[in-house]
Amino acid sequence: MRRLSSALFLLGLGLLIAAIFQTMEFGSVAPIAGQAINAVAAEQVGAANFVTSVVLAYRGFDTLLELTILFTAATAGGLVLGKPGTGAPRDPDSGFILRAGADLFFPLLLVVGLYIILHGHLTPGGGFQGGVILASAFFIPILARPGTTMDHRWVSMIEGLAGAGFILIGLLAMLGGKEFLTPLLDKGELGALLSAGSLPLLYIAVGLKVGAELAGLLARLSETEAID
Amino acid sequence: MELLVLVIVVVMLCSAVAVLLLKDFLAALAAFSVVSLGLSVLFVILRAPDVAMTEAAIGAGLSSLLFALALRRLGLWRLKGQT
Repeated sequence: MRRLSSALFLLGLGLLIAAIFQTMEFGSVAPIAGQAINAVAAEQVGAANFVTSVVLAYRGFDTLLELTILFTAATAGGLVLGKPGTGAPRDPDSGFILRAGADLFFPLLLVVGLYIILHGHLTPGGGFQGGVILASAFFIPILARPGTTMDHRWVSMIEGLAGAGFILIGLLAMLGGKEFLTPLLDKGELGALLSAGSLPLLYIAVGLKVGAELAGLLARLSETEAID
Repeated sequence: MELLVLVIVVVMLCSAVAVLLLKDFLAALAAFSVVSLGLSVLFVILRAPDVAMTEAAIGAGLSSLLFALALRRLGLWRLKGQT
């Protein structure tokens, strides 16, 4: 019975993919909404990276909900993992090469992460991608030195302030009589670092929040004892 | 271009099957991250660098790390020299 249902599922999936390939050629641009946004985004939002103008300006509310989902997942992870027990067996000490490599990687990853966050409105990348890189930058030293712990109060403080900052920028737009999360400030010159109004500020908030959240989650996961 | 896409898709399919067949959990995890890496290259070819960065950072990097830590915690990945 299970085999039959699996085969049926596979058949349906194959048919679906075949149908998609029949109507849409591989790599072709089909939807009309994308072309409409391409035509007006540079003038309306002022971000050189149109993906950012969709993520933060046209669909800013979706991004807020995405952050909420991530927050819920990280909170649930922290809840399930709990506190590490005393006397839990620790991982063996890592070698010299791993420690030196971690020291070398930390500033490099920090710079790359911050660059990707700050240039989110100009080049591909942004708060989410840069935030993940920041999280790994802060997690690699913990991997190289088992036994060191992260101060979770600071992490959750940064996370909370960044999340509050995102919502506050959205609310400031409402004070001016506009809708929630409408881009504020001067648009500036297209392609300049200080352009696109409040979008870079929003991306900094997103990056800090994602980075703090994921770093906290990873640190919590590695702090809990391993079963041997 | 077509050939490159074909090679990437074949590598992705092979490593996806390898995830199912490999007995060693850590090796399966490595094969899993190869699928994500191939997908991110495919996104670059399809001119979606934003999605490619997300896939490389989250799919290949972070989720593999998360899975490795989960394996460690569940006792499915034991370090050498530890009883």
